[in-house]
Amino acid sequence: MQDLDNIVNGQKLFLKPEYQEVLKNKKEFESAAGAVAPEKVAEIAEWTKSWDYREKNLAREAITVNPAKACQPLGAVMVGLGFENTMPYVHGSHGCVAYFRTYFTRHFKEPTPCVSDSMSESAAVFGGLANMKDGLRNCNALYKPEMISVSTTCMAEVIGDDLNAFVIGAREDAEGDLDNTLITHAHTPSFVGSHITGYDNMMKSTLEQLSEGVARELDAERINIIPGFEPYLGSLKEIKKISKMFSDKIIMIGDHEEQWDTGAGEYKLYAGGTKIADAKTAINAAATVSLQKYSTILTAKTIKNKWKQKYETCNPIGLSGTDAFVMKLAELTGKEVPAELKQQRARFVDAMQDSYPYMHGKKIAIWGDPDFLLGMVSFLVEMGSIPTHILCNNAPRKGWEDDMKAILSKSPRAAECNIWGGKDLWHLRSLLFTEPVDFMIGNVYGKELYRDTKIPLIRIGFPIFDRHHLHRYSISGYEGGLNLLTWITNSILDQLDEETKHIAQTDYFFDSVR
Amino acid sequence: MGPETLESLQKEAIAEVLEAYPEKAKKSRAKHLGVDSPETGKGSCDTTRSNKQTVPGVMSQRGCAYAGSKGVVWGPIKDMIHISHGPIGCGQYSRGGRRNYYIGTTGVDTFVTMNFSTDFNEKDIVFGGDKKLKQALTEIDELFPLNNGISIQSECPIGLIGDDIHAVAKMHKKETGHQTIAVSCEGFRGVSQSLGHHIANDMIRDYIMPDTSYRKDFESTPYDVSIIGDYNIGGDAWSTRIILEEMGLRVIAQWSGDATYKELAIAPKSKLNLLHCYRSMNYIARHMEQEFNVPWMEYNFFGPTKTTESLRKIASFFDETIQAKTEAVIAKYTAMTDAVIAKYRPMLEGKKVMLYVGGLRPRHVIGAYEDLGMEVIGTGYEFGHGDDYKRTKDEIERSTLIYDDANEYELEAFVKKLRPDLVAAGVKEKYVFQKMGLPFRQMHSWDYSGPYHGYDAFAIFAKDMDLAINSPVWNHTKAPWEKEA
Repeated sequence: MQDLDNIVNGQKLFLKPEYQEVLKNKKEFESAAGAVAPEKVAEIAEWTKSWDYREKNLAREAITVNPAKACQPLGAVMVGLGFENTMPYVHGSHGCVAYFRTYFTRHFKEPTPCVSDSMSESAAVFGGLANMKDGLRNCNALYKPEMISVSTTCMAEVIGDDLNAFVIGAREDAEGDLDNTLITHAHTPSFVGSHITGYDNMMKSTLEQLSEGVARELDAERINIIPGFEPYLGSLKEIKKISKMFSDKIIMIGDHEEQWDTGAGEYKLYAGGTKIADAKTAINAAATVSLQKYSTILTAKTIKNKWKQKYETCNPIGLSGTDAFVMKLAELTGKEVPAELKQQRARFVDAMQDSYPYMHGKKIAIWGDPDFLLGMVSFLVEMGSIPTHILCNNAPRKGWEDDMKAILSKSPRAAECNIWGGKDLWHLRSLLFTEPVDFMIGNVYGKELYRDTKIPLIRIGFPIFDRHHLHRYSISGYEGGLNLLTWITNSILDQLDEETKHIAQTDYFFDSVR
Repeated sequence: MGPETLESLQKEAIAEVLEAYPEKAKKSRAKHLGVDSPETGKGSCDTTRSNKQTVPGVMSQRGCAYAGSKGVVWGPIKDMIHISHGPIGCGQYSRGGRRNYYIGTTGVDTFVTMNFSTDFNEKDIVFGGDKKLKQALTEIDELFPLNNGISIQSECPIGLIGDDIHAVAKMHKKETGHQTIAVSCEGFRGVSQSLGHHIANDMIRDYIMPDTSYRKDFESTPYDVSIIGDYNIGGDAWSTRIILEEMGLRVIAQWSGDATYKELAIAPKSKLNLLHCYRSMNYIARHMEQEFNVPWMEYNFFGPTKTTESLRKIASFFDETIQAKTEAVIAKYTAMTDAVIAKYRPMLEGKKVMLYVGGLRPRHVIGAYEDLGMEVIGTGYEFGHGDDYKRTKDEIERSTLIYDDANEYELEAFVKKLRPDLVAAGVKEKYVFQKMGLPFRQMHSWDYSGPYHGYDAFAIFAKDMDLAINSPVWNHTKAPWEKEA
C-alpha cells in the first residue's frame, strides 16, 4: 500500500512485494511463453542473436519490423508549417492528422496545427469533393490562414481524388470566402517513398503554385535556401545566422523554426515562417541551395528545369560539410568568408583536436534519413570513428549509396563499414549481435535495441520522444558540429564511467580528469 | 462564481464559439454543444448529438477505426503479433505511445511495443497486397516462433483495393494451425476510433470466443472474474487486480492490457465480467452475456468514492465471505485515501477543471477530482455515443459545459472563457494550454505517470494534480518588468 510520506508512481509501486505477488500470480492465466515455457524464451532469445537468425532475418521481404521511416503527408505538414500564417490541411481521413500532430508534438513538445477534412465511407464511394468544399471554408473561417497547404492521405489517393479540380471547385462554391486565401496542394501518397518524399512533393508544389503568374525578374543577389525535413530547430536558426553573415538576401524557404519554438505567455496558432511574398519571388533568385539533396529531388527539377535557376546541394553537418556550405555561400555572394565564421571554424577544429581520442576508433551504428546520414557519417569519419553499420530505411534508389561510399572512402577503415539501404531496425538488431559496435546513434526507436544489446544509444535524429529539448540545438554549421562533438564525446565518457564504477573491482580508469 | 453565473458563462461560451463557423458547420456544431447540471431535467447529457461525422476542415482530436482496433483493443494483447497492414505511417505513428504496460521478453514472446508493417508500395496498391501479406505471415512465424497468433489490422487502402485479407488469414491458419485473424478496421470506416473498437470486438467474438482449446480443461472457481476494458495504461489493471484479489476474487483475464491470448479465450469462464471502459468493450461483454451467460457490470476505479461504491456493487454479486472481505478491504484502504485527501485537498480545494478525453474518462474521472475538492465545469468525449452522455448525467456535480467531438478552436475558446485552473486532455492540446500558463495533465497517458485506477493509484492521482496545479513554474510566465494588468 502507498506510504503517505512517500507516494510513488507505478515505477516503484509495482516493486512492492504485494504487487510482485500479483504479477507472479497472473502468470497462471497467461499463454505467453514466459509464463508456460520460460526455458523456450531463453532459447529463442539466444537464437535471435545468432548468425543463423541474422541470415533468415536479412532475407525478409514482406514484413517490415520496427521501421525507421514515416509516410509522405507527415513531411507535407512540415512544409506547410514552414510558411507564414499557413494551415496544413490533409485531404483524407482525420485519424492520419491526429497521428501527425501527435508525432510532431511528442518530438517538439509544442502544439502542431493541422486540419483534416474527415473523409469517411461516403467519401470513399462518392469522392472527397464535398468534404473539401466544406473543409476549406470551415478551415478558413476558424483559423483565418493566409495560405492553406493541402496534402493527401492514402485513402484520397487510392480513390483517385483530383486535388487541382477539387480546389478550383471548392473556390467556385465558396461564395467568395476563399478568394483571399492561397491554396497550395500536392498529392502525397503514403505508399510511395517516405516522409521526405512528402516533404519534396509539397515543397515542389508550393513553389510552383505560388510562383504561377509571377513574371520572372532575376534578382542577382537573391539566394534561396531549402532546409529539407529538419527536426533540429537550432539548425534552422544557425543556417540563417550563417547566411546573414554573407547577405540579407539569402532567404530560407520553408522555415518552420518558430512554429515549433514559441514562448510561454500566449498561445499563437501561427508563428514565424517564410513570408508568402518571399516564397512567391523565390523564382527570381539567382540560385537555390538545398541542404537535403534527397528530400528535394523533385523540387530540384522545378528549380533547375522550369525556373532555369542555379541549383546547389550542400550538407552542412560536420566540418567538411559546413566548409562546403560556407564556401558555396562565399561563391554565390562573391564575398569573403566572414571573420566570425573563420573563428567559429577554428574553435570547432580546436575542440575536435581536444576530444579526438575518445571518438577515434569507436565503432558506431547509425540510422536515419538519407541526408542526415551523409552529414553524420562524414563527421564520424572526420573524427576517426568507424561507422560500422549505416542503416537507411528510406534510402533513395539512385545516387545515395554512391555518395555514402565516397564519404567512407576518406576513412582508412572504410572496409569495415557497411551500408544497409532499405533495412529496418529489427535487421539492425541482428547486426548488432553478430557484428557488434561500441555505440549507436539514432532516434527513440533505438531504445529497445539498447535494452536488448546493452550498446549505449546516443540520441541524435528524429523522432526523439523520451528526452527533452535536444531539438532546440543545432547539429548544423560549426557550432552545431560542436554540439555533436559534445554529445557524442560525453556519452562515450559517461559509458566509460559506467564500465569503471564498480567499487573494489574497477577502481582504475574511473578518472576525475580526462 | 455562483452556479448561475457559471451556467450563463457556459452558455455564452457556446454562443460565441458558434459565431465563428460558416452556416452549415454552425448548424451541425450547435447540436454537439450544451450545458447540463444535476438539477436540470432533460439536459444536454440527454440531447447532445454524438457519434456523427466530424465537421470537415477543423482540428478535430479524433482518431480513426484503425486506431480504435490496433491502437486500443488488439495492440495490447502481448503474445500476439499485430500487423499494421498497408502503408508505413499508421504503425509508426501509433508505436509505443499508449503506455499499455506488460511483462515479457519483447521480440521473443511478447511484442506490444514493436511495429510490424507490410509497408505498402505502389505495386501493392495496383496489384493487390494479399500475396505480400501471406508471405509476411510466413516470415513472422519463422522469425518469431513464440507468437501465439497474428492479427492483421487493415489500414485505409485495404478495403478500397479489393484485397481479401480474411481469405489470406483463413488460409494461413489452415496451413499452420496458428490463430490468424483479419480485422477490417480501415481508418475511413465510421466517424472516429469508436467503430474500430466495435469491429475489433466483433473479430474477438468471431475468432477467439469460439476457440475452446484453453477453456475445456480450465478449472473454475465460484469467484472467477475478468477485467474487461482496462488497457493497463501506466499499470492501471495491476492496481485494479490487487484489490479484486484482496476481496477474494480470482481475476482470470485482463482485456486487453497485459493480456495474453489465453486470457481472452478463457474469459467466458468468468462468473462476472467487470467492465471499465464501457465504450470500447461493451460489445463483447454483451456477447459473453448472451452466449455464455456471463453477467457484466460497469465499475469505476477513479477516486476512493467511486472505487468503494464499485467494490460494494461487485461484492453484491458474490456471497457473504466476499462481502465481508470487501468491507475489510474498503476499511484498510479508506484509512490511507482519507489521509491522502487530508494532505492534498487543502491545496486543491475549489480548483476548476475542464476535461476533454475519450472512452470512459470524461465521466469516470469526475469523482476522483471531486474527492479532492476540485470542481469539474466542462467535459466532453472525442468519440462517445448517446449512452455515454446519458451516463455522464449521474456524474456531474454542477453546471457543466458539455462538448462532443470538440475541436481545438472550441476548446481554446471555452478555456479562455471559463478560465479553469486545470485542463485535462490529450497531448495534442497539452502545449496549447501550457503556453497560456495553464496547468495541464494528459489524461490519456496519465502524462507519463500513473496508474490511476484503484486506491493506491488515487494517491498518485492526487500527488500529480497537486504537482500540476501548484508547481512554481506557472508563476514565471510574467516577466518582472511587465506591469500588473
